[in-house]
Amino acid sequence: MSVLIFIDQAEGHIKKAALEAMSYGAKVAAQLGTTAEGIVLGSVKEDLAALGKYGVKKIHHVNNAALDHFDAQTYTHAIAEAVKASGADVVIFSNNVDGKAIAPRLSAQLKAGLVSGAVALPDTSNGFVVKKTVFSGKAFANIAISTPLKIVALNPNSYKVETADGTAEVAALNVTVETPKVKVTAVNKVTGEIPLSEAEIVVSGGRGLKGPENWGMITDLAHVLGAATACSRPVADAHWRPHHEHVGQTGLAIAPNLYIAVGISGAIQHLAGVNRSKVIVVINKDPEAPFFKAADYGIVGDAFEVMPKIIAAAKKVKGMA
Amino acid sequence: MKILVCISKTPDTTAKIAFTDNNTKFAQDGVQWIINPYDEWYALVRAIELKEKDPSTVLHLVNVGTADADAVIRKALALGGDEAIRVNADSHDSFYIASQIAEVARSGGYDLVFTGRETIDYNGSSIGGMVAELLGLPYVSLASKFDLNGTTATITREIEGGEEICEVALPVVVSCQKGMAEQRIPNMKGIMGARTKPLKVVEPTAVDALTSIVSFELPPAKAGVKLVSADNPEELVRLLHEEAKAI
Ligand SMILES: Cc1cc2nc3c(=O)[nH]c(=O)nc-3n(C[C@H](O)[C@H](O)[C@H](O)COP(=O)(O)OP(=O)(O)OC[C@H]3O[C@@H](n4cnc5c(N)ncnc54)[C@H](O)[C@@H]3O)c2cc1C
Repeated sequence: MSVLIFIDQAEGHIKKAALEAMSYGAKVAAQLGTTAEGIVLGSVKEDLAALGKYGVKKIHHVNNAALDHFDAQTYTHAIAEAVKASGADVVIFSNNVDGKAIAPRLSAQLKAGLVSGAVALPDTSNGFVVKKTVFSGKAFANIAISTPLKIVALNPNSYKVETADGTAEVAALNVTVETPKVKVTAVNKVTGEIPLSEAEIVVSGGRGLKGPENWGMITDLAHVLGAATACSRPVADAHWRPHHEHVGQTGLAIAPNLYIAVGISGAIQHLAGVNRSKVIVVINKDPEAPFFKAADYGIVGDAFEVMPKIIAAAKKVKGMA
Repeated sequence: MKILVCISKTPDTTAKIAFTDNNTKFAQDGVQWIINPYDEWYALVRAIELKEKDPSTVLHLVNVGTADADAVIRKALALGGDEAIRVNADSHDSFYIASQIAEVARSGGYDLVFTGRETIDYNGSSIGGMVAELLGLPYVSLASKFDLNGTTATITREIEGGEEICEVALPVVVSCQKGMAEQRIPNMKGIMGARTKPLKVVEPTAVDALTSIVSFELPPAKAGVKLVSADNPEELVRLLHEEAKAI
């Protein structure tokens, strides 16, 4: 018995989403009276034993360069081997880009029930019931997994990273890795930007900003706050901003600690992607904008007048001025 | 070249989300049904573009659902596609649906299976991966670009903070999102033609669901917005720092 956590990495570095998954998995293990173990695939640049501080007791490491590039099929195969090696009855993924590709594959391969998009610890008082988001953040569903092996994919930014003293035992796991059928030919990272899905703070702009030339107020505030930038759908459709910044029902769903919406009306489809943010700030010149109903803080005012003052004040708070 | 596009029926994006039967069922009264936007705007339209480029392409749509999905399937056929297959079953869980689609895909011998990145009601993001596993095929998820060169696909997929470009030999399963194609509006000819396109109904294969819905719940209501005067935006920053401790 154990809880196995997939520890996702990119270019040798453990992702923040994986730290959340480990903290969550360790808590699930404690709840079930068992231990948490991790599985790491590919070469890493970090000290794996140190990951013990997130609550994992043992880490299975498939140190094989063939796994340095992501491939859903080979990854699933290697994780299935780790499930055997650890005798896991629960497997935890982050419901991030990689988790979304491999958790369903593992579920189908091992006939293990999967709940993707989990937002809370499972209720194990009577079976195994996991709360997940449905209707694009407008509701939650409690899902029971009925199979002996259970898989949970945890939504990013839904569970706080917890640390304690401890080191993990690192054990090499030998897995025959076939050449991936999917061959990665290029990786284009937007350097210097914080990935939207991992950001604690997001500053977002809508059509109220009139045009791409006015985006300085969004990127400046984001820079001061260490935030990622996002936008509403029409803004991405008009190519004012890149597609990957589009949040909402048909874009990315995010749940940062703080979401600052500037010149966005708050249409139901937009809210669907951001309403799980912990604190929502709305800046809109229309007091009737629907977004104010979903907001925690707001300013009814012209973004072009208000934003420079907010940026200046934020600089002071951050000791940058 | 044979393409299969998975089509899901979902409530309209403005539908009121409420539950009945002691919070165990979605309240369907007065709800308008649409093709899941990811399936329609990205998966289906990109498949239609591929067929336009190579007219010998055979394009089929598949839905797992009861007869009340037929209207939505016809809407999809109005955009394009040669025929649709409906597996006559109520949806149980993702694994059940994926197993039905895999069965259709297996018997149809498709080179390419497209799904949307997720449905806007269940938000599972699981069908594509499960179908791929059940068929033993490679899977590229969250694709924002797809091009074909003979039997090799070049696909751009989303990663954290950027994108990855990969190559894979067909057959392959791909989940599609923004960037793949632009939304289209069906024209009159498409709508008329859709009426006579074949919509085959097949019975499901016996599969056990792995999960079940216990209950639904709505998020707690927000306490209400605290407004700050536009003359004093500095106060907003102070509140975020000292009260919300968010910056
Ligand atoms: C099926 C479907 C799916 C959709 N999916 C999404 C989605 O995923 N994401 C999404 O965002 N939208 C989505 N939409 C579109 C959505 O309905 C809205 O049209 C969109 O969110 C509006 O974007 P906006 O708020 O930027 O623009 P607008 O609605 O035009 O709002 C602009 C706002 O800016 C304010 N404003 C103007 N000037 C200023 C100023 N100087 N200072 C301050 N405020 C100002 C205005 O008062 C207004 O409230 C979808 C629609 C459909 C039908």
